Amino acid sequence: MADAIVNKIIPFSSVDGPGNRTAVFLQGCGFNCKYCHNPETIRTCINCAKCVNFCKSKALSFENGKVVYDSSKCIMCDECIHNCENLSSPKTCVMSPVEVMQRVKKNMPFIRGLTVSGGECTTYRDFLCELLALAKSEGLDTMLDSNGSYPFMNDERLLSVTDGVMLDVKAWDDKEHVNLTSSHNEMVKKNLEFLLKAGKLFEVRTVIVPNLFDAKDTVDKVSKMVSACSSNVRYKIIKYRDMGVRPEYKNIEPPTDEFLNELKKVAADNGLTDIVLI
Amino acid sequence: MKRKLSVEMIENMRQEIYDTLVDPTSTHEQRVTYLARKAENMLTVLDEPEELDELLRCDIESRCICNLFEGDAPYRPRYICVDFPKFLKQGSEFLQLGPATNFAEALTNLMILYRNIPSITNYTVYIGDLDDLLDPFIKDMTDEEVKFQLKLWLTMIDRTILDSFCHADIGPKATRFGYLLMEVEAELQNAVPNLTMLVSDETEDEFLLAGVKCALKSAKPSFANDRMFRSELGDDYCVASCYNGLYKGGGSYTLSRLILSNIAKKAKDINDFKTNVLPHVMDVMARYMDERIRFLVEESGWFESSFLVKEGLVSRDKFTAMFGMVGLAECVNNLLAKEGCNERFGHSEKADALGVEIMELIDELNNKHVNKYCSCTGNHFLLHAQVGIDSDHDCSPGTRIPIGEEPDELIDHLTNINKFQKYFPSGTGDIFPIDLTVHKNPEYVLDIIKGSMSKDIRYLSFYASDSDVIRVTGYLVKKSEMEKLESGENVRQNTTGLGLGAKKNCKILDRRVR
Repeated sequence: MADAIVNKIIPFSSVDGPGNRTAVFLQGCGFNCKYCHNPETIRTCINCAKCVNFCKSKALSFENGKVVYDSSKCIMCDECIHNCENLSSPKTCVMSPVEVMQRVKKNMPFIRGLTVSGGECTTYRDFLCELLALAKSEGLDTMLDSNGSYPFMNDERLLSVTDGVMLDVKAWDDKEHVNLTSSHNEMVKKNLEFLLKAGKLFEVRTVIVPNLFDAKDTVDKVSKMVSACSSNVRYKIIKYRDMGVRPEYKNIEPPTDEFLNELKKVAADNGLTDIVLI
Repeated sequence: MKRKLSVEMIENMRQEIYDTLVDPTSTHEQRVTYLARKAENMLTVLDEPEELDELLRCDIESRCICNLFEGDAPYRPRYICVDFPKFLKQGSEFLQLGPATNFAEALTNLMILYRNIPSITNYTVYIGDLDDLLDPFIKDMTDEEVKFQLKLWLTMIDRTILDSFCHADIGPKATRFGYLLMEVEAELQNAVPNLTMLVSDETEDEFLLAGVKCALKSAKPSFANDRMFRSELGDDYCVASCYNGLYKGGGSYTLSRLILSNIAKKAKDINDFKTNVLPHVMDVMARYMDERIRFLVEESGWFESSFLVKEGLVSRDKFTAMFGMVGLAECVNNLLAKEGCNERFGHSEKADALGVEIMELIDELNNKHVNKYCSCTGNHFLLHAQVGIDSDHDCSPGTRIPIGEEPDELIDHLTNINKFQKYFPSGTGDIFPIDLTVHKNPEYVLDIIKGSMSKDIRYLSFYASDSDVIRVTGYLVKKSEMEKLESGENVRQNTTGLGLGAKKNCKILDRRVR
């Protein structure tokens, strides 16, 4: 059974790939980025049940050693998430590819595609293969939003059902990457190059956070590598915002628009034509 | 029964006339329009159904029929949709104009004609399928030459047709003129004219996308389902005024509307509503519309005297009438509450199913009523989901979900709309403010439009949530102009006042942003 833990499904999304798409967010990520905007997707629930006490609307209960979530009672206050010490959420559910696809089909014909995000979606590789194949058989295009830790080059089957990957390059320098995410970035760079050459890179993204890493260096190196293969892959340069960020990192200052424009110029000077500041 | 006017009523009217004369928030043109309406209402020439007064001329909380201030002696059709291609070809004897031979002449001739087309507001509600009309004249011109003249012309329209019920159409096929028009509109950001892109399988994505980009800057065009309109009205339809499907070379004599939210209040339960109350009100409104049409056609002399008729630019046999309705959502909620159910329209299958039952009944009853002057639509009126007026309270436009109660997810909103827009060949629509981030992904809106057009969704409008030009209910206004009017200044366009009322009463600035 190729099930996955689903954090949430957004029926219509305008920010997860081309056009209007359904975005499925899976639970669990091998990175632990300091500025993570949805840290409750990083780990899976360990049923410690601490969140149950914070639930004002009795949507959460503890039964037979497990946290049980009743969505009909939930008032979306997110107190459970804010108080989770495990970077998780009790509001997830285990779903099969067929069950997820049933939810996706409800949004047709208003969507052009499906994006699976996370967490890190490749944590559920078998689930992805099945879900994306189902989506393609319905005429939807398929995108993966990935942190680049998964060796795509070794997985022909997954690539055969994936139209494009939206790849995060958090930082170019490995030490900075480790400081930012607690993980190395060798595989991320390999994926960048591989996906570019395979024509499977839809978009590359970097979140700009002053003082956490050398943004200019990262944008410079990423855009050089991209333009060496293809100048029309989109580079999304994302302004750090504190929405959803853990309290201990909330004091990080967002970059100025002036700085973002400087970065855009760096990428443009390196030959990129589709640069989006957001 | 012809209505009687008491001395007291006449005294009240004299006071209203005086108040209109001295109203500092009205321009001269607005005062003249309102004064003409008050003069008209001193006549009692219509042989109205006896039951009309208690349903129409009563307090606003129990009013079941509304004539949208059309006046009590109709002397011109409410909406007139002139055959503009014919006009450009033949010119006009009355206006002393020859056929247009180049772009400048075409623009000038059209502008002259526009100012000579009456309507309920005195300003034309349809100015043509501009791409079909004008694309043939720009073959030998550069983009810059076209845009220069077009900018002046559109500015003249905005400053002289003082009402944003004035409507232009483009599409479904892409034309160079269509692209240039949208480019200029996005730049000018005027409220007038209103603009619709007809969308079909023949509409290229690139053209539709240009429409979306223009809409996110200027709140227009809106997007109409060409397949649906064409299957109901044939090839000679246009979209006029707010979003009304009508015949070119014809139009609509009149529009009255059922106030379903108040009609529901009079019913004991759902069964009483369906078997007694609603059929009665519909019957009275249909007979009232019959009489209005009879007077207009048989007594007013408009169809004998207007140069538009004499020169073949409109003909009586292409006119129909619009049977309007508002407040389905509140009607459904009220009826369910009477049966002890608190489920809400737009949020429950049961409530939406009752809405569909009511629409099926309205459709059936409307099709049983015969009016010999509506031959172009099978001697029946066309149903119309009216967009509401500024004084509407607890009564949503047409079949719309009330503002503030929109479903969390747009897909659920669209699913609801898909059940109801099919009933209204003479117009319905819904409106979505879109978050700024979409500016970076206009294909998001494109996909929603294309999906809608493949379903039974007839008409959609979008605007950026931070835009100055916004869509009130069907027409466009500028938020900045509403602010001026609110501070006591008079403003050019009649519709700004309607928008201000709608802002206060109908919460139009509080729509859920998508």
